[in-house]
Amino acid sequence: MIHQYQLNGYNIVLDINSGSIHCVDKLAYDIISLYETTEKPLIISKMLNKYANVPEIDEAEITAVIDDIENLRKTGKLFSADDYQNSAFDFKNRNTEIKALCLHVAHTCNLNCQYCFASQGKYQGERALMPFEVGKQALDFLVSASGSRTNLEVDFFGGEPLMNWDTVKQIVAYARKIEKEYHKNFRFTLTTNGVLLNDEVTEFANKEMHNVVLSLDGRKEVHDFFRKTYDGGGSYDLVVPKFQKFVKQRGGKNYYVRGTFTRNNTDFTNDIFHMADLGFTELSMEPVVCAPTDPYALQESDLPQLYEQYELLAKEMIKRKEQNRGFAFYHYMIDLEAGPCIYKRISGCGSGTEYLAVTPWGELYPCHQFVGEPKYCMGDVWQGVTNIEMQNQFKLCNVYARGECRDCWARLYCSGGCNANAYHATGSIAGIYEYGCRLFKKRIECAIMIKVAEATLDSTVTE
Amino acid sequence: MKRIQTIVTRDLKQSAKSDGCGECQTSCQSACKTSCGVANQQCEKLSHNK
Repeated sequence: MIHQYQLNGYNIVLDINSGSIHCVDKLAYDIISLYETTEKPLIISKMLNKYANVPEIDEAEITAVIDDIENLRKTGKLFSADDYQNSAFDFKNRNTEIKALCLHVAHTCNLNCQYCFASQGKYQGERALMPFEVGKQALDFLVSASGSRTNLEVDFFGGEPLMNWDTVKQIVAYARKIEKEYHKNFRFTLTTNGVLLNDEVTEFANKEMHNVVLSLDGRKEVHDFFRKTYDGGGSYDLVVPKFQKFVKQRGGKNYYVRGTFTRNNTDFTNDIFHMADLGFTELSMEPVVCAPTDPYALQESDLPQLYEQYELLAKEMIKRKEQNRGFAFYHYMIDLEAGPCIYKRISGCGSGTEYLAVTPWGELYPCHQFVGEPKYCMGDVWQGVTNIEMQNQFKLCNVYARGECRDCWARLYCSGGCNANAYHATGSIAGIYEYGCRLFKKRIECAIMIKVAEATLDSTVTE
Repeated sequence: MKRIQTIVTRDLKQSAKSDGCGECQTSCQSACKTSCGVANQQCEKLSHNK
């Protein structure tokens, strides 16, 4: 399978099964589009006809391009076969040691954001803080369930985790105490709205947190529309100076300023540029997750503008990088040479198998987005995963389990997408969230275009 | 190939020859939490060797 698209003046051809990417000129682009369905003499005559006004394109030139394409096919870089679907990958019996936990240390929040998928941190339940004993047991469970895996990830999530900060620090201290003994390496992430960010939190986070996610929606009026304090005021002025100070002291360690966009700001690139103008360089902006009936839900009619926005963002990022004022956008961070192996690309996000969420009471869920759905409870941190049937459902949920994914060019980039989004959109984790797929495909096209632009900066291959 | 430029990418078929080590980051454990994919993840082994 191949995928061809034109973006920002580049003609791009992806060979899906090998992962190869080609930047081609218009003649090669046209020939590739005909190659599998059209006999060589007919390709030649069609091209001679189409390029009749281009003197250098004659039969010999067209034949040379066809030969190049054939060589790429022979070397497995174009029109390569899908060897994975019927290979020996045994998804049901594959080794899926648990390597990541999302600890819901606080099912409560000091902001009252209307669009929060976690219902202001409560996840449709009671407010609660995770006791240290539950967090400690969660780490013990993770260590024992992680088998030979060395790198273990723990995300302090909520609600707002800084509302249970002492427990976070205790959990980190416990992890540092046991990691050498068990030959593990804990990597912590903190996701915070910033309200309680202070010097003490900053110092600790910069020492212990592998990654910190700071929630900011962009422009003041956009941020303040949803991200309100309980007295109804906006939180932009409260958190932005704290985030700026925090990032300044971060010393180059990983962080993201992460926003959510809704139907209210379908011009969301202005929010990303605003973040960049505030001095932040590691940025993420996610489409809102909500019921389709919510007034701020993204609609079908918004898609053309969203596509345009993603393209605009990619072009602006190329420009700013050339001007030495570049920034990173999470969904455009694609490592073509050191990206994931085929196993990762096929097996999906890992929810319910390698990744679990832990509630303040110690219950285990497939991921943070399933918390609050009692039928998805998989066990607890004391007994481990007891709902094996549920775990098997997630194990089998891979790109080849979804009919729509089998014929999709983006399947080895998205790995089947988000199981929670699929469930919320279709009622089944084996379904697909088509709206999300369409946005994902546009983002991946843009991400690859940026890489092509970087790789061909001094090349004249494009017309 | 003057009309085709192949960008350097990881050979996915080659990557199938050894088992996935599983040491890489979990897809959702970074900055998205709501719309994950795997394309922007890194291979733990290869990224350390770069």
